[in-house]
Amino acid sequence: MRYLPLDAADRALMLARVGVSHIDEIFADIPADKRLNGLLDIPTRKSEIEVDRILSSLAGRNVAAGSVPFFLGAGAYRHHVPASVDHLIQRSEFLTSYTPYQPEIAQGTLQVLFEFQTQVAALTGMEVANASMYDGSTACGEAMLMAHRLTRRNKAVLSGGLHSQYADVAATLASMAGDKIVRLPPDIKASEDLAAAIDENTSCVIVQSPDFFGNPRDLAPIKAAAEAKGALLIAVFTEAVSLGALRSPGEMGADIVVGEGQSIGNALNFGGPYVGLFATHLKYARQMPGRLAGETVDADGRRSFVLTLSTREQHIRREKATSNICTNSGLCALAFSIHMSLLGQTGLQRLARVNHANSVALADRLAEIKGVEIVNQYFFNEFTIRTPRVAEELIEALAKRGIIGGLPVSRLLPDAGLDDLIVVAGTETNSDEDRAAFAAVLTQCLSV
Amino acid sequence: MLNNQGRPTRSGETSSAAAATFTGNRALDMEEALIFETGRLDATGVDIDEPPPFASRLGAHARKSEIGLPGLSEPEAVRHYVRLSRKNYSIDAGLYPLGSCTMKHNPRLNEKMARLPGFADIHPLQPTSTVQGALRLIDDLARTLMAMAGMPAIAMSPKAGAHGELCGMMAIKAAIEARGEGATRNVVLVPESAHGTNPATAALIGFSVRSVPTGADGIVDPAAVKAALGPEVAAIMLTNPNTCGLFEREIAAIAEAVHEAGAFFYCDGANFNAIMGKTRPGDLGVDAMHINLHKTFSTPHGGGGPGAGPVVLSKALAPFAPVPYVVIHGDMLRLVEHRQDSQAFGRMTAFNGQMGMFVRALSFILSHGADGLKQAAEDAVLSANYIRVCLNDLMSSPYGDRPCMHEALFDDRWLKETGLTTLDFAKAMIDEGYHPMTVYFPLVVHGAMLIEPTESESKASLDLFVMTLRDLAHSALGGERERFTAAPRLAPRRRLDETRAARQPVLKWTKPAPA
Repeated sequence: MRYLPLDAADRALMLARVGVSHIDEIFADIPADKRLNGLLDIPTRKSEIEVDRILSSLAGRNVAAGSVPFFLGAGAYRHHVPASVDHLIQRSEFLTSYTPYQPEIAQGTLQVLFEFQTQVAALTGMEVANASMYDGSTACGEAMLMAHRLTRRNKAVLSGGLHSQYADVAATLASMAGDKIVRLPPDIKASEDLAAAIDENTSCVIVQSPDFFGNPRDLAPIKAAAEAKGALLIAVFTEAVSLGALRSPGEMGADIVVGEGQSIGNALNFGGPYVGLFATHLKYARQMPGRLAGETVDADGRRSFVLTLSTREQHIRREKATSNICTNSGLCALAFSIHMSLLGQTGLQRLARVNHANSVALADRLAEIKGVEIVNQYFFNEFTIRTPRVAEELIEALAKRGIIGGLPVSRLLPDAGLDDLIVVAGTETNSDEDRAAFAAVLTQCLSV
Repeated sequence: MLNNQGRPTRSGETSSAAAATFTGNRALDMEEALIFETGRLDATGVDIDEPPPFASRLGAHARKSEIGLPGLSEPEAVRHYVRLSRKNYSIDAGLYPLGSCTMKHNPRLNEKMARLPGFADIHPLQPTSTVQGALRLIDDLARTLMAMAGMPAIAMSPKAGAHGELCGMMAIKAAIEARGEGATRNVVLVPESAHGTNPATAALIGFSVRSVPTGADGIVDPAAVKAALGPEVAAIMLTNPNTCGLFEREIAAIAEAVHEAGAFFYCDGANFNAIMGKTRPGDLGVDAMHINLHKTFSTPHGGGGPGAGPVVLSKALAPFAPVPYVVIHGDMLRLVEHRQDSQAFGRMTAFNGQMGMFVRALSFILSHGADGLKQAAEDAVLSANYIRVCLNDLMSSPYGDRPCMHEALFDDRWLKETGLTTLDFAKAMIDEGYHPMTVYFPLVVHGAMLIEPTESESKASLDLFVMTLRDLAHSALGGERERFTAAPRLAPRRRLDETRAARQPVLKWTKPAPA
């Protein structure tokens, strides 16, 4: 077996040194009637060629986003990632190291995390960010729990513009922990009255911007309403590139900002691995979940970085920890950080402008199609359209003609009576030809 | 020694690294500034053309403030990250014996497979008709993991081990609530030797934690479990093989007692590497167990993730598995994304779990096959025992000469006379070119040193490791304190002031005030 260096002679020598004649003597603690005699009921070993063939065949049965005109977002976005990013994250020293528990020989990872935290804090307009969470949805759930701890209340108010799967994750956590959730109905035009839902028992109000339907939200009035009742504002984003074009959640008063970082540096990967971003005020740092890298000095006085404030964490505090999170998304955070270092604010803002321009161009084109209505007044790189046909059928029909045309809202919200809505995203990866093809095929599908 | 006439190879006058340099660099070990100190706000390493003029649809939401993030050209960025990378130890560079972490070789085939556009460049919400291969892969991996565990159901979406624990405990809570015992069964038993994630997970969803002592022989005594059980107990969370590196040989009796008391058996599968193909958790009475794909199946650790933590479930817990899951519908695979009228307890995460890790894990499993996985478990266990017997005349083992599973545990009794600590010993290993073992864990063993070599080491590598540790041990016992208390001396950094980091936290770079 190509991955196992020991051979039969080595094993015999080692068994002798251990003082047993057969490997199974070492496994003697497994009760005899519980041992597996013979092999597991799965195939035996395969060569690289065979494995490559099997997996390539499965991969070949999927329509890769890059192979078709592609306009799907809804929480995961197709962006161009510079080739150097994927090369650098595959450096052995980043790819095959563990969580940096021995800082003297992990300064590479630790400095990256410190830089990542600085980037996320700047991008969100917050004072402090952690070293990443699993993804945006779990970061959102953890933010809710943190707000409960900070306010000693247990009711969260969820905007109807929050990605429904994020809301489902929060609702699952809440139902298990015995906390309360107020979930506002889907809000396609950002017209809900969040303030009315906040009361003295509310720990936090969770608002996504741009929301699931693509509307940027002004968080300032929501913050004021929350603050008046002693509740915290949790701002969520699913498209990190939007922060290059829109007012940051921090400047609108958010207390905790969480989001999905996949857009920057990371591929679509069918939903994971992604990277959750988590930022807040410095005064709340000791209530944050997750790892934090901090600056210090070594015995020679040289600047160094180390995991810190770990008395919040499960390996020290056990059942009193702020979260159970351990392994997070280190390598995806690295990819995010490298891509962000390449972009800088100049590149990010330009990238955001191109995304916005492409989406405006797409919206203008689709609006010309008879029966199609653009729902949004404002949007960044994603908007909602209303169509005269059942959206799910339409998306399926488009797919048959080689266009991935967006998300039928009913897929995520099957019982909301929103069967005619599609959420459509346009990024820098779309060309004029893509948009023309989309418009042409959509026109065809609507005219049959 | 290419040419010992023209190019003398003898060492210079001084052999130590003490000499100061102008740059602070030491040859290949280079100091590297933060990007915020070298980058420029107007620089970018990505060529993007400005879009043609258009009418913005951002309204008053448009950003007016500066972000404050510098950019780097591609050569600068590449150099920055390459230099930083060289300050990291890695499994590719050397033995990485972190107990409980299973730092085994990361086959590059797995990386190549995960990057196929048909896996890496597909969106989680594409029409399922366009991702049949992806759903098939998830289903194939799910079936393989169930076969390995001997269990009838699985939840694939958890994103890491601790997330898998949370998923398993939520399934248990849902099952208990479905029985109408939600209000009364609210205690979870956790052995003292457990990973910190176990009690943290239980507490996160409102269980209170009751500690179960670890016996003098390093395993949990069924009598202690029975004494702790009662109608208020929802579950036990037991790691097997446990964190002392031992197989819980009374596991069947524990499972029986737990089930008799109406509670569930959660098994922390962090150490599954030792027993894959040797026994099946389902046969041991386990109701739920997460499998760390980033440990057992070597999807790389990446400096702290991403991981993946699918959870196998017993028949009793199967109905409560969260969405999403894959179902076969004729010759099509479908994704069930909503609970509808089912008993599914909810959702762990947006989308479909760690697909990138699924591809790598399946690639690893296919490569090994049933025969290779069993051999891997045996080699991992044999290697740990080899290390154990090669060191136990010098270093003290808390549980005597018992064979261990895939990790060998020592304590610090043998260091007592030297005045040195486990930490000192660990740091001296760094100077010898090794990553230290896991230290001070499990908590039940004083000054614990937990060594997990995995199956990836050759005999020569194990022998050199053993010789190095023996040399260090002799040195410690011989009173050479300096080798330990000053260590590491040769790493990119010497010991860090961790107290300062925690007392005066500096968690991001801030622009220094002008002098």
